[in-house]
Amino acid sequence: MKLFREAFFPMVAVIAAFAIGGIIIAIIGDNPFAAFWIFLESSFGSLKGITETLFYATPLIFTGLAVAVAFRCGLLNIGAEGQLYVAAFATAWVGIKFGGTVVNVFGEQQDWSWVSLPALLLIPLCIATAIIVGGLWGAIPGFLKARFGSHEVINTIMLNFVAIGLVSYFTQYFYKIPGDPILQTAPIGEAAHIPQLNQLLPFVPETVALNISFLVAIVMCVLVYIFLWKTKWGYELRAVGENPDAAEYGGISAKKQIVIAMTISGALAGMVAIGEVLGYRHNYYHGFSGSWGFFGIAVALLGRNHPLGVFIAAVFFAMIIRGGLFIDIDTKYITKDLVEVLQAVIILFVASLQRFSK
Amino acid sequence: MEDYLVPVLIIVYSAIRVATPMIFAALGGLFSERSGVINIALEGLMLAGAFTAAVVTYELSNPYLGFLSGMIAGGLVAALFAVAVIGFEADQVVAGVGINFLMLGLPALLSGAIYDASGSTEQIAKEFLLPNYFNRISIASILAFLLVPVVFYVLYKTPFGLRLRAVGENPGAADSAGIKVRAMRYTGVIMSGVLAAAGGAYLSIGQSSFFTRGMSAGKGFIALAALILAKWRPVPVLLACLFFGVTEALAIQAQGADFLKNLFGGDVPVQFIEIIPYVLTIIVLAGFIGASNAPKALGIPYRKEK
Repeated sequence: MKLFREAFFPMVAVIAAFAIGGIIIAIIGDNPFAAFWIFLESSFGSLKGITETLFYATPLIFTGLAVAVAFRCGLLNIGAEGQLYVAAFATAWVGIKFGGTVVNVFGEQQDWSWVSLPALLLIPLCIATAIIVGGLWGAIPGFLKARFGSHEVINTIMLNFVAIGLVSYFTQYFYKIPGDPILQTAPIGEAAHIPQLNQLLPFVPETVALNISFLVAIVMCVLVYIFLWKTKWGYELRAVGENPDAAEYGGISAKKQIVIAMTISGALAGMVAIGEVLGYRHNYYHGFSGSWGFFGIAVALLGRNHPLGVFIAAVFFAMIIRGGLFIDIDTKYITKDLVEVLQAVIILFVASLQRFSK
Repeated sequence: MEDYLVPVLIIVYSAIRVATPMIFAALGGLFSERSGVINIALEGLMLAGAFTAAVVTYELSNPYLGFLSGMIAGGLVAALFAVAVIGFEADQVVAGVGINFLMLGLPALLSGAIYDASGSTEQIAKEFLLPNYFNRISIASILAFLLVPVVFYVLYKTPFGLRLRAVGENPGAADSAGIKVRAMRYTGVIMSGVLAAAGGAYLSIGQSSFFTRGMSAGKGFIALAALILAKWRPVPVLLACLFFGVTEALAIQAQGADFLKNLFGGDVPVQFIEIIPYVLTIIVLAGFIGASNAPKALGIPYRKEK
């Protein structure tokens, strides 16, 4: 019964999104049912589809968890996008500097690395970098709120632009291979590559980029659940989210919890880099994120800020994103811009229904 | 003309062009936030205006009708936002994110369907764009500058402005004094949509000659930054927008402008100039430049006590 109660309003929002989306599709002149069938078919119609969907879901699980943890402390982290950008760049940087990267600059071999660590050391070092750098970038708005009372929403918005600007600067001026027309860093050392899931589970199609970061994402769902509901720290964090004054009265420092929550939130967002940099692109590519930081808000909202809900919501949005790739090709007028419209309707409905679900 | 004057004039004209949409959007945001509603949807509201203005101007070959319909569209989208945040008491920031996503997707979806050119509208002939005066200054820029004293007057010298501010500072007291809190907030939010959309319309039928997906490119957020930097007051809003206009004009000119290279002794990384508005906003919010003075009821839904 509890599960039904929790799932009721998200379901209403999803149905509303498809109803409104369907009306828009019909007005534009396509068949809404055919369009929605494309979503289902392309993402769940085959083993390749399912595994591709899970690949798209991975970054959304991390950002969804990131937003959810902050939400539980009464904070809105719109900065996951910036946090995952700095984390991804830093991870690639470590992968280059400690990974023995040798770059071909106009025919001349240049060693850009300091050392060449073995995988056993390099991969943990890279993952730690993703977590720490994301966490530190998230801690900034947390600290600013705790120390100066400035609104975390505005600060995270501003820090997104700062993050993307800084990372673009370092990539362009220092870590791009001269002559490369694309704004991306040199490749990370091969020792930093994490295994594809295909290597562990042979039934996963080889062509699918799903890597073990997906398993990390599942583990994080469990860990976040344990942290929030089974530990004293999680209890204190939620207490501040529910009522900061009462928490203070009960001897919990709201300021401390705000910094902790934003740090954890940033660290979770930063973990997107594990899959993207170490598992998929093997460098830092500017513009690699498909607005996942912002998607995380929708994922957390739809998932009711619970790890299980976040997982389900992330897979749902991954389905929409994957379907969006096919809808461009397989319908007459509808483009993948439909993805944002559906996402927007879901956000607006969940936010508007929030009041009734308490 | 003296040699050194040419680049200075280029910067001035460029700064006015860049500042124009921000002035509209920030003054719009002023009405919403002064009434107590956080408006991070400015970005999306600009896009609503940009898209509608481009379509109407192209179809009717009349930029004034285009500008006007852009503003109406912005007002309608803002009304939707208002229903969510005032009617349903949705979280204002979350709903704002929703509106921004909606306006990223919907115009692109519609333009793809109308013009078969994924995500952008048809190019408008030069003679049907908003006209320029004094050589290079758009009529929209002139309107934006004239709007500042008007907003000042409305906000500080009219009963409406007094009520709007009262609702944003102390809705409970305003209610006791017989002011309709929710109606005032609806008005503030809808005005923000109308004005932000005017800024967006300038982007598509003044600065450019068509609409492209997401063409506001963060200008709504810089407008928000200007509003905070200006501490929610109209004349400082103008100054903040002009300041950001100059920084961005410098960023545009930075690559390849010799006099800038001489000034800074080498290549100026565009990225550093571009992040100035955002860093400044963070510093101002932290209270390093005087108290931040946000409207006291900003972000708090008002429910009448029974």
